[in-house]
Amino acid sequence: MATFNLNINGKKQQVEVDPATPILWVLRDHLNLVGTKYGCGIAQCGSCTILVGDIAMRSCMLPVSQIGNQAVTTIEGLSEDGDHPVQKAWLEHDVPQCGYCQAGQIMNAVALLKANPKPSDEEIDGAMNGNICRCGTYVRIKAAIKAAV
Amino acid sequence: MTIVKTTYNRRSFLQTTVLAGGGMMLGFSWLASCNPTPEEVLNMPKEWFNINGFLKIGENGVVTIMSPNPEIGQNVKTSMPMIIAEELDVDWKNVVVEQAPLNTDIFTRQLAGGSQSIRQGWQSLRMAGATARHMLREAAAQQWQVPVAEITTAAGMLYHKKSGKSIGYGEVASAAAKIPVPEEVQLKDAKDFKIIGTSRKNVDGKKIVTGQPLFGLDYKVEGMLIAMIAHPPAFGMKLKSVDDSAAKAMPGIKDVFTVNVYNEGYEKQWSDTTAFDELVVVVGNTTWEVMNAKKALRIEWERTSAAENTEGYMAKMAALTAKPATQLRKDGNPEAAFKSAAKVIERTYTAPFLPHNTMEPMNFFAHVTADKAELVGPIQTPEFMEKTVAARLGLPLEKIDIQMTRQGGGFGRRLYGHFVVEAAVISQKMNAPIKLVYTREDDMTQGIYRPAYHVTYRAALDADNKLIGFHIRGGGIQDSPVHADRFPAGAIDNYLAEDWTLDSNISTGAWRAPGSNFIAGAEQSFLDEVAEAMGKDPIEFRLELFDRAKKNPVGKNNDYEAARYAGVLELVREKSGWGKNDPAGVHRGVSAYYCHNSYVAQVIDMVLENGKPVIQKVHCAVDCGIVVNPDAAINLVEGGIVDGIGHALYSTLTFKDGAAEQSNFDKYRLIRHSEAPKAIEVHFVNNGIDPTGLGEPLNPPIIGALANAMYKATGKRVYDQPFLAGGQVLG
Repeated sequence: MATFNLNINGKKQQVEVDPATPILWVLRDHLNLVGTKYGCGIAQCGSCTILVGDIAMRSCMLPVSQIGNQAVTTIEGLSEDGDHPVQKAWLEHDVPQCGYCQAGQIMNAVALLKANPKPSDEEIDGAMNGNICRCGTYVRIKAAIKAAV
Repeated sequence: MTIVKTTYNRRSFLQTTVLAGGGMMLGFSWLASCNPTPEEVLNMPKEWFNINGFLKIGENGVVTIMSPNPEIGQNVKTSMPMIIAEELDVDWKNVVVEQAPLNTDIFTRQLAGGSQSIRQGWQSLRMAGATARHMLREAAAQQWQVPVAEITTAAGMLYHKKSGKSIGYGEVASAAAKIPVPEEVQLKDAKDFKIIGTSRKNVDGKKIVTGQPLFGLDYKVEGMLIAMIAHPPAFGMKLKSVDDSAAKAMPGIKDVFTVNVYNEGYEKQWSDTTAFDELVVVVGNTTWEVMNAKKALRIEWERTSAAENTEGYMAKMAALTAKPATQLRKDGNPEAAFKSAAKVIERTYTAPFLPHNTMEPMNFFAHVTADKAELVGPIQTPEFMEKTVAARLGLPLEKIDIQMTRQGGGFGRRLYGHFVVEAAVISQKMNAPIKLVYTREDDMTQGIYRPAYHVTYRAALDADNKLIGFHIRGGGIQDSPVHADRFPAGAIDNYLAEDWTLDSNISTGAWRAPGSNFIAGAEQSFLDEVAEAMGKDPIEFRLELFDRAKKNPVGKNNDYEAARYAGVLELVREKSGWGKNDPAGVHRGVSAYYCHNSYVAQVIDMVLENGKPVIQKVHCAVDCGIVVNPDAAINLVEGGIVDGIGHALYSTLTFKDGAAEQSNFDKYRLIRHSEAPKAIEVHFVNNGIDPTGLGEPLNPPIIGALANAMYKATGKRVYDQPFLAGGQVLG
């Protein structure tokens, strides 16, 4: 057990956990931020995507001990009231079916658009390929990303 | 104007009661953890009046509609309330939707499966809204002392034209709740629909994109513990011994023990299917601690039945298809037709086991005390599982309370609720609230899989290249995909359908469009090949068969309407420009199929890029009758197409020594962004027929269109799914 001072969604949070604990479980079990989802636990499906700084990371394999003082943003911290351009585009395109993977999809799309505000179809495919959606909402996700400006 | 007798569904209605007090509410306990969105706070009435089990009206006119069925991504939580709101005649923006808990006294068929929610709910949902509207009109008529026939409604208001009076629903809701339930009510004419047929956004959309707690895995209560299970590493094995000393000593671990899912001698119902009856359970404070302790268990397993291997069961299936099987249907004299044939085409198709891989793994919350059980989570069959849990715990049915969360996918997996029972038993043993969580590996290797299938088709052509005989023989592991009365039965004089099933210790069950998810692709590939051998255009060939089935059907019990079948094919031909405006350099495949009460035809436009199939466009025509929520329906159509293509191209679960060889997404392939069609164009047949479902009819036929386009692109037919198992380079 060790104490970690984290910067989550602009708030200082202190947790006492095993240093190997993935940040996913710190968020979900200790900080009650359950918007970040568990899908595979081996960084293969993208459901658990968060931002560390401006970079999309898979939180299920990222030990809390590696976060340091970097700013972490989860789906809950993306905007005050769901009005981040990517969230708005998702609502406008009514993207979700079951909705489970969508937090991860949105967070990955946010990172993509920060790095590349006008991605081509191929660039979207390349950046989003690690985020699986069993419902098959890929066509709408692409449309929403292109509309999110 | 349709008049329906409300007595038809009398048990669907609560005794009407007046309910007062701002506290009563949108309140099922799991919602307590949700932050209400500001607009909901703004509009919430202080007083609610229960009109019937489906809806409550607030004193300020806000309407709460209960969505009865499990929401697994098919969007019934929006579309079912839309149907009620239509007949109630309210403004959709004043409607708040809540998930109803399991309540067999009020609702019928609270189940997600078979693409039946809208089809079977259509009448009762309309009646719920129409009955409430009638009672509101009666209340206004009494208040104004005018005949009820003179009261009209619009957007949550009641009007009396002659006197110029008007009043909001909320203001008479208290009086309306005391009006006796009418014996019959009038339903709207379809031409007067204002909500049905218009696109309305997912009612949970904002909560999803802001990460609010909606799903089973998100549910928590104070003092809740986390439980995980360890199951045998292979089918046909059971627990021999467990050394839990290391696991028990780990931080945060409360207990380790074994449980039996069902009582000895318990007679399982269909939804009780499970792979393993005895499990090792680890319970602790947090997910990560329990995950680690699970790895520290030292368990010995022992074999109880033979270990399955993919090569072995594939060979067994081939042997079964090679010999006569159970005759399901015979028209004319197929033996003679094949004997006299100038040409016989025979092709065999196979498909592997598939796990469901809902993105949210299996999980359930349980809090069992001496005299009751509270259960919360994602389940497609709450009504069935209530019975199972009651039997397992020895509690009366009314002491089992099941509440449904939003579900991170279903696809049939959550029809089988052994994990609900496991959660209940673990909670009982711990005497504490617990949440049972499956890891992805647990979920994928302890599946209720889509059966592996094997089928052979034969077609007999005479010297004039006419189709004179047709034969299908096939089966699968614990389930046959052969539907003997489906097309092309009814369109061919000499027809024979036979099937078999093969037993196995690998557990199988329903998987999005059971049976159809394989047989549609096989049949539609085979018909494409037969059309080619006959020198006919594949669409023209099918239309000729439908024409025959329409004018002069062979046999009885043909399980399709040939005119509607032909309708979607003609529509997709027109919209895709098939045969007239075929895009240059593009390879096209077509398919049409009817299952789960809806008709679908699809054309795939494919090109090859660096040896990989790229689907530039899918044209899709659908006849599901009235479309309740068009944009959401299109979303479901797109998803079914992507899902069907993905599984047919990439997905497979293979077995070695009884164990699944793929246990997570590093080895198991689901379709990814770059592999989805670049565009999907959807056209609905507008015929005013009562609606049918869209959860399942889309993924089966696309596999045929895919196989046929791949043939055009490469010159080679594909018969064994997944078509790109080995990452082949095409062309």
